[in-house]
Amino acid sequence: MKIHEYQAKELFKEYGVPVPQGAAAFSEEEAVTTAQSLGGWPVVVKAQIHAGGRGKGGGVKLASGEDEVKSLAAQMFGMNLVTHQTGPEGKEVKKLLIEAGQNIEKELYLSLLVDRETACVVIMASRAGGMDIEEVAEKTPEEIIRVYVNPLMGISPYQLREAAFGLGLPSAAMKPFMKLLNNLYDFFVKNDCSLVEINPLILTSEHEVLALDAKVDFDSNAMFRHKELAELRDLDEENPLEVAASKYNLNYINLDGNVGNIVNGAGLAMATMDIIKNAGAEPANFMDVGGGATAEMVENAFRIILSDDKVKAVLINIFGGILRCDIFANGVVEAAKSTGLDIPVVVRMEGTNVEEGKKILAESGLKLTSADDLTDAAEKIAAAVN
Amino acid sequence: MSIYVNKDTKVVVQGITGNEGKFHARQCIGYGTRVVAGVTPGKGGQKMDEVPVFNTVGEAVKETGANASLIFVPPPFGADAVMEAADAGISVIVAVTEGIPILDMIKVKHFLETKNCRLIGPNCPGIITPDEAKVGIMPGNIHKKGNVGVVSRSGTLTYEVVDQLTKKGLGQSTCIGIGGDPVNGTSFIDTLEAFQADPETEAIVMVGEIGGNAEEKAAEFIKENVTKPVVGFVSGLTAPPGRRMGHAGAIISGSSGTGAAKVEAFRKNGIHVCENLGKIGEICLEAF
Repeated sequence: MKIHEYQAKELFKEYGVPVPQGAAAFSEEEAVTTAQSLGGWPVVVKAQIHAGGRGKGGGVKLASGEDEVKSLAAQMFGMNLVTHQTGPEGKEVKKLLIEAGQNIEKELYLSLLVDRETACVVIMASRAGGMDIEEVAEKTPEEIIRVYVNPLMGISPYQLREAAFGLGLPSAAMKPFMKLLNNLYDFFVKNDCSLVEINPLILTSEHEVLALDAKVDFDSNAMFRHKELAELRDLDEENPLEVAASKYNLNYINLDGNVGNIVNGAGLAMATMDIIKNAGAEPANFMDVGGGATAEMVENAFRIILSDDKVKAVLINIFGGILRCDIFANGVVEAAKSTGLDIPVVVRMEGTNVEEGKKILAESGLKLTSADDLTDAAEKIAAAVN
Repeated sequence: MSIYVNKDTKVVVQGITGNEGKFHARQCIGYGTRVVAGVTPGKGGQKMDEVPVFNTVGEAVKETGANASLIFVPPPFGADAVMEAADAGISVIVAVTEGIPILDMIKVKHFLETKNCRLIGPNCPGIITPDEAKVGIMPGNIHKKGNVGVVSRSGTLTYEVVDQLTKKGLGQSTCIGIGGDPVNGTSFIDTLEAFQADPETEAIVMVGEIGGNAEEKAAEFIKENVTKPVVGFVSGLTAPPGRRMGHAGAIISGSSGTGAAKVEAFRKNGIHVCENLGKIGEICLEAF
């Protein structure tokens, strides 16, 4: 689960990770009063959306007086911010962060994430702050320091020193940096983060070390033990169909194509998307109803897919193991009847109780095309949309 | 022969009195698996059908000699259940549970290094040696005894592959799902090593998916260490970056973990690549 920069910075403050003075603003007036309260100019006006690259997209600007704050806020609220992470459609700006401007001496990079291979929390730090870290990793990998923390041990002082000396920090910044990193690790593990990224982390001419940006992603599997964090979820940032699907425990991702698909199991769902594409059509979604789906879940899945205007045909691919084909077929029939299905549907079923399932579909009076195997299903669905 | 489980495997089911645990314990027993015990804290002394239920895995092992465990407990208690099994001396632990927090799993992983056991999963369908033992949630009837070893990161996708193999007359030595989480117990490489050493396994199917670099590492391992023919498939070639495709591990982050890179690694290391899942049975028939 992603959160906004301003929310991440509030949490940072609680954990003793220094950030610039500032606050979120939800209206032009609030932007101005917040800027005034910071006690000096310039201030920075930052658009708050769940995507990186905001600066390049025009979502981060300096203001040197009240009028400028007002006009920048007016410009940014409601603007469609397009960055390399939002896709061409962009995201509407509904929140701003107003912060005190800083005298930047040096920009660094700092992040924490879980390394799959070593099963450690890895700290990545680099002198090349402010840049795209993927690019740094590719062109100058030696510029990235990696420190692996065994989760059973926690972070040790020598590891803090390893990062600090590796970054070549001036002596005045050593202690504040090590304290910041120690606190950041604490924040990471106590809140079940999957990623914390500060780019840039800055050294100011006053010898402060500050998180100028903050990107935080939580492990959604761990949210059961962080009820307080659930409040930070911003549904505005998510696709409404995806929000609806998550209510029913359906794994759904909205995509650009026009072939809706319903599959049980994530691996098979991805493979089904690939098959649709190979046949010359484009998937409109990823939808995994799960191994243990009920008729009701199938019905909801079907309704969500059909409420996507892009969808011109639906491919259903079920391998009945735990999920029996007859149960699945009943869900499809119910959903088709209640939604007044008027687009082509291709069904491919295999596995437990497949004959009963096929019978239910055949006797339903619905216009469903049945497919014998995956290749057949792909050809039939491509023919339906092309 | 086979790998990890066989007709002598004695299974304890952790969470046997829950809905899922009960259903699948019965399915396993129906398949012929020796399910010798169940564990549900607080329900020790009861029975699930004919299976005695214990409060702890330690007790179950002592009383029944169980040497494998099948875990169905809910995600908040999943890591604890794995560690309990490991501490009780269980040698093969199969964790079906989906949704164990990753910070729990990395601790478990380091804990298991101090124990003499193998974890399969979590978030996996389990393992089956056809006609001998089914320790998992896969439909038993699609399998057929034979000489192909199957290893996969996913559940239903594995069933699809196995079903095609069986329909083409290619039976399986052992089929194992290693799970869709980013941090898991048994890796592709562990399994490949075991299949290579198993005299009954004559060919291998490896089913991967986007995210991480386990497939790339496995491909390099195969080139150096595996003499048996391998067919490889990667799911999610068309998945967009940055979106988690159901499995916590199936996410393309930055330039790593793409399906194209994995297919390329397969090709480069002499693995027969299957590009169309609908044809994996045929491709295996040709390659093996």
